[in-house]
Amino acid sequence: MAGVLARVIQRTKPQLGVIGPLVTISSSNVPVRYQGTQKQPEGKQRGGPLADADRIFTNLYGRHDWRLKGAMSRGDWYKTKEILLKGSDWIVNEMKTSGLRGRGGAGFPTGMKWSFMKKPSDGRPHYLVVNADEGEPGTCKDREIMRHDPHKLVEGCLIAGRAINAIAAYIYIRGEFYNEASNLQVAIAEAYQAGLLGKNACGSGYAFDVYVHRGAGAYVCGEETALIESIEGKQGKPRLKPPFPADIGLFGCPTTVNNVETIAVAPTICRRGGAWFSSFGRTRNQGTKLYNISGHVNTPCTVEEEMSIPLKELIERHAGGVIGGWDNLLAIIPGGSSTPLLPKHVCDTVLMDFDALVAAQSAFGTAAIIVMDRSTDVVKAIARLIMFYKHESCGQCTPCREGVGWMNKIMYRMVEGNASPKEIDMLWEISKQIEGHTICALGDGAAWPVQGLIRHFRPELERRMAAYASTHGPSKAERLY
Amino acid sequence: MLSSLRTGVQGVLRAASRNIQTSAALQHDSLFVHRDTPEDNPDIPFEFTEANQKRVDALLGIYPEGHKRGAMIPLLDLAQRQNGGWLPISAMHKVADILKLPRMRVYEVATFYTMFIRRPIGKYHLQVCTTTPCWLRGSDAVLKTLVEGTQCKVGGTSPCGKFSISEVECLGACVNAPMVQVNDDYYEDLTVEDTKEIIEKLKKDEKPKPGPRSGRFASEPLGGLTSLSEEPTGPGFGLQDGLK
Repeated sequence: MAGVLARVIQRTKPQLGVIGPLVTISSSNVPVRYQGTQKQPEGKQRGGPLADADRIFTNLYGRHDWRLKGAMSRGDWYKTKEILLKGSDWIVNEMKTSGLRGRGGAGFPTGMKWSFMKKPSDGRPHYLVVNADEGEPGTCKDREIMRHDPHKLVEGCLIAGRAINAIAAYIYIRGEFYNEASNLQVAIAEAYQAGLLGKNACGSGYAFDVYVHRGAGAYVCGEETALIESIEGKQGKPRLKPPFPADIGLFGCPTTVNNVETIAVAPTICRRGGAWFSSFGRTRNQGTKLYNISGHVNTPCTVEEEMSIPLKELIERHAGGVIGGWDNLLAIIPGGSSTPLLPKHVCDTVLMDFDALVAAQSAFGTAAIIVMDRSTDVVKAIARLIMFYKHESCGQCTPCREGVGWMNKIMYRMVEGNASPKEIDMLWEISKQIEGHTICALGDGAAWPVQGLIRHFRPELERRMAAYASTHGPSKAERLY
Repeated sequence: MLSSLRTGVQGVLRAASRNIQTSAALQHDSLFVHRDTPEDNPDIPFEFTEANQKRVDALLGIYPEGHKRGAMIPLLDLAQRQNGGWLPISAMHKVADILKLPRMRVYEVATFYTMFIRRPIGKYHLQVCTTTPCWLRGSDAVLKTLVEGTQCKVGGTSPCGKFSISEVECLGACVNAPMVQVNDDYYEDLTVEDTKEIIEKLKKDEKPKPGPRSGRFASEPLGGLTSLSEEPTGPGFGLQDGLK
């Protein structure tokens, strides 16, 4: 769940609500709805397709050797010593130039996050924590990195560690990824043996260790403070912020938590330059990104593409199109289960980046695209997601623990139509009472899919209720309210 | 007057016997409370094997002094592996002793995480992902096949004691949906036939080939690459001027 659940950017929240002045501005070729206050970005207007030479994850599909020798032949660990010797400021500056935003979902600028660690030292060590607790339904990008390109991640840990002056990195990998953790562990062992990690990492005089910590099956541990609790050997229950992990994090020390993909692209950004990375995608949404395309497409796949690529082009180019053709499309969840779904008419034109999807009342999340064609029972699909959140709620905050359970019950009644149309508003109200009233953003993540469903498929819900009433008589809820 | 008396009495009775609202009996698929059973009680001794004792020391080594508690999850996992896939209460006590913690701290963790199984389990733990991306690609049929093929209820163990089936949440292989995890391995891109074949092999204690079943190697699009068809570039490709 990573940063989808990190509620870092408060700015996006009011925009996700239904209230707010929305105006339609037609850009040169793609009509996108923008909020009145938001200026249309200058520069590139859309992204893609990406050339193979500009892809960072060259062994994404595991067609080449993933071990140290193979990784070095693809350019990993090249001039790492020189990068380390350039120093912390240089690395952070490259990241700032690159415009990289966190790939875990919240999209917080990575360079800025790293610069929070540059306060004068008070004697406590700094830690880097890599969030590999990939569990957001739809998302499976980090898995490909860890099993097929683990050296990119290990080298990224070293460079990020240098940037924030950390003494060690902990990679928190979800427990189910046993084989992926094994590959990663082998990669780390190889790096130690080759002198790339350890007391004198890459011969730069900088001491750095990388450890793997396997989790044990809890989606909520993808939230950064829950993840820290989990590494400390406690229940994965998120902490209140502030204090932020940059002040008091792992073992009470300043900590930066980053997604696997964010860390794994850092070495390539340093080598090829922040300016190269920022040449992709629209302003404020630069770079390349791993997209997961799952659901009703002809060839589901994981692919690295440019940011700001139109959603339709992405699906048709790489995933073989929607089953039964584009016109058979019903809806798409664009960024993992936490993001509100988009109906077909929005999918026709929307671009895959942070700003465009916020403007379309959804979110970019982890860029995990779940496609649903017209044969889908969309209410059941969302109800199943709510069951997921009910199961994964840690139980710490009442609105989430109880509210998501209520939503689950109501949603499953709505699947059959055994509900009152008045309950749609009640469900909306419950989701609004959960959203923003919990410690972490799991509550938000559970509320948004329901809100997206009501926003775009209210007639479908009402139709089911009418159909149910015509065969079974008025539902119990109708009689009660 | 009598009738009004009757109404009053009824009213009192109704007030006294109002339905007591009970909360949902079970919110979770597994029991949280420990109950002593012949196979799982605190009197059964548990010790790490010699090989695992070395692993314990290595795991403790990666956490800084004063924060050895961090090794809790890895140690519980190790104990579970040693004990054939489930975690008895005596193993929790052993971990508490190693970490010098009150036992309650270990119980808290062991009940929080879904991968710790606190009751005996079959040799093969079949975990079927039924979350939306897998459900869209037909995980219901896969689950049905497994249930029929192993004679095992969801959340239970088969009569032969070999299989246990769990319906689990997203396992992070959505592009390769539908999928099943058998112990540590992922079986992906499943059809009903593939599922039957996997059960048959497991019944004979052969290991089915893990990974995607559709003929692809990993997560590339089936039927021809749309990217990464060129040879990867070598070291120093596109190196920025500042590093030359």
